Amino acid sequence: MNDALDVALRLVIVFVVFLTFPLIVGQTEHKVMAHMQGRLGPMYAGGFHGWAQLVADGVKFAQKEDIVPAGADRRIFQLAPAVALLPYLLVLLAIPIGPGEGAVGEVIDAGVFFVLAVMGVGVLGSLMAGWASANKFSLLGGLRTAAQLLAYELPMLLTAASVAMAAGTVSIPGILDAFEWWWLPWQIVGAIVFFVAGLAELQRPPFDMPVADSEIIFGAYTEYTGLRFALFLLAEYAGIVVLCGLTTVLFLGGWHGPWGADGLGWVWTLLKAAVLAFVVIWLRVTYPRLREDQLQKLSWTLLVPLSLAQIALTGIVKVVIQ
Amino acid sequence: MTLAAAAGFLTAATETHGFLSPTGVEIAFLLVGLVTFGAALVTVTTKQLVHAALWLVATLGGLAVEYLLLTAEFIAWVQVLIYVGSVVVLLLFGLMLTRAPIGRSPDADSGNRWAALTVAVASAAALVWVVVDAFRTTWIDLDGPAAGSTEATGASLFQNWVLPFEALSVLLLAALVGAIVLSRKTKADAAGTGPAASTGPGVLGAGDTGRDTEGAR
Repeated sequence: MNDALDVALRLVIVFVVFLTFPLIVGQTEHKVMAHMQGRLGPMYAGGFHGWAQLVADGVKFAQKEDIVPAGADRRIFQLAPAVALLPYLLVLLAIPIGPGEGAVGEVIDAGVFFVLAVMGVGVLGSLMAGWASANKFSLLGGLRTAAQLLAYELPMLLTAASVAMAAGTVSIPGILDAFEWWWLPWQIVGAIVFFVAGLAELQRPPFDMPVADSEIIFGAYTEYTGLRFALFLLAEYAGIVVLCGLTTVLFLGGWHGPWGADGLGWVWTLLKAAVLAFVVIWLRVTYPRLREDQLQKLSWTLLVPLSLAQIALTGIVKVVIQ
Repeated sequence: MTLAAAAGFLTAATETHGFLSPTGVEIAFLLVGLVTFGAALVTVTTKQLVHAALWLVATLGGLAVEYLLLTAEFIAWVQVLIYVGSVVVLLLFGLMLTRAPIGRSPDADSGNRWAALTVAVASAAALVWVVVDAFRTTWIDLDGPAAGSTEATGASLFQNWVLPFEALSVLLLAALVGAIVLSRKTKADAAGTGPAASTGPGVLGAGDTGRDTEGAR
C-alpha cells in the first residue's frame, strides 16, 4: 500500500510540474519579451501585472470550435497533439531535481537514452499533424520538421554520450553523483552544442523555420484550432522546461552548487533551469530566423564536428586522469 | 553464457516454472506480443502508405515494451531512439518528399505479395527456430540482479561479442562512405561528366538506398 501511495504521489507531483512550469515559462516569456522590446506586456488579466493572461488564453482556446478540415485524415489529425505532448510528460519523470531517490520521478537505469529516445518521439506528432492536415503549408512544415530533427538528433546524442563517458554511467542520477565542478569547463562545448541542438529540435527561434508564422503560416499547425492548437503550444513550452532541465542535470551539475547542496539542492536545479529558460526567451527576441539551408549547414558543418571534438577531448582527459 | 550455466537454468526452470500457471509478467508479455503482431499485420496490409508507417511505429514501440518486460532496458530505449525516433521519421520524410496521398493508394499493392509472404514466413520460421533452439525453457530471474541492465549488456557486448560488434561498425562505416560517394557521383553525372562511367555505380545506387538508411543508424 505504501509503495502504491509513493508511486501515485510521485506521478501527481510530476504531473503538476508538467502543468504549471510550462505556464510559468510562457508568462515569463510574455513579460521578458515585452520588456526587451520596450513595452509592458499583458497587464490586465488577473490584476497584478497580468499574471492570469495564460489562464485567460487557455479559457479562450477551450471555447473555440475544434475544426477538422474536410480533406484531412481525421483520426491522425486528432491524435497528433497528444503524440506531440505526452513524450515531454514522460521525460519529466526521469529528471532528478535533488540528490537521493526521493527527488526524481523514477530512477531509470539508462536514463540518458530514455530521455533522448522519448524526446525524439515527440516530433512524430508534428509530422502526423503536417501530413494529416491535407494542406500544402502544413506538409512543407512537416517536411522541414523532419529534416531538422534528423540533422540535430546526432549532435545532441553525441554530446550526451560525451557526458556519459565522463561519468562512466548512463543513469542521470549517476552522472550527477559523479559531477565535479571542473566538468563545467571540460564539457562546455558539449553543453553549448546540446543546448543549441535541443533548441532546434523544439523549433524555437532562431530555429523556427518549420513553424515560421510569417513564412509558412505556422507550418504543421496551420489547420489546428482551439484546444488542440493549445496542446501544441503547451508542448513547445513543456519542451523548453524539459530541455533546460536536461541541460542543467547533464552539463551544469544539477543540484551541485557552491553551498547548501544537502538541503537546498533542488533550489540550485530550479535556478539553473530558470536561467537557461531565460536564455531561450532572450535568443527568441535577439536572433533573426535561420534560413532552411543555414539550419542544415549549422548542424552538419559546425555542431557535429564540435560534438565529435568534445567526445575526443572527453576520452583523452578521461584516460589521462585515470 | 556457458553451457553449464544454461543447463543450470534449464533444471531450475523445469522445477519452478510451468506453462499452465503464467505469472503477470508472462501474461503481459503475451498480450503485448499479440498487439505488436496485429500492428505488424496492419502495417503490411493497410492500403494507406502513411498509415503503414504509423502502424510501424506501433509495432516497433510494442517490441520495445517486450524488451522492457524481458528486463533489457537499454535495448528497449535504443529501440525507441533508433527505430521509432529516427528510422520511421526518415521513412515519413521520404514518403512526404515523394508522395503521401491522404486516403487509399491503389498502387500500394505489389504483384510480388506472394513472394514477399514466402520470404517473410521463411525468415520468421528461421528466427523462431534459432531462438527456440538457443534458449529452450530458460527463464529470467526477475528478483535477482537485472540481467539486461546497461552494465550487463555493455559487459557482454565488449567481452564476448567484440568481433561481431567491430565488424558491424566497419560495415556501417563502409555503407556510410558508400552513400556519400554515390550521392556525389550522381551530382557529377547530372552536370554531364561521363555517361559511360555512371552506368555501373548507378545500378548499385538503386540497391544502396536501403543500406544508406542503415548507415544513418
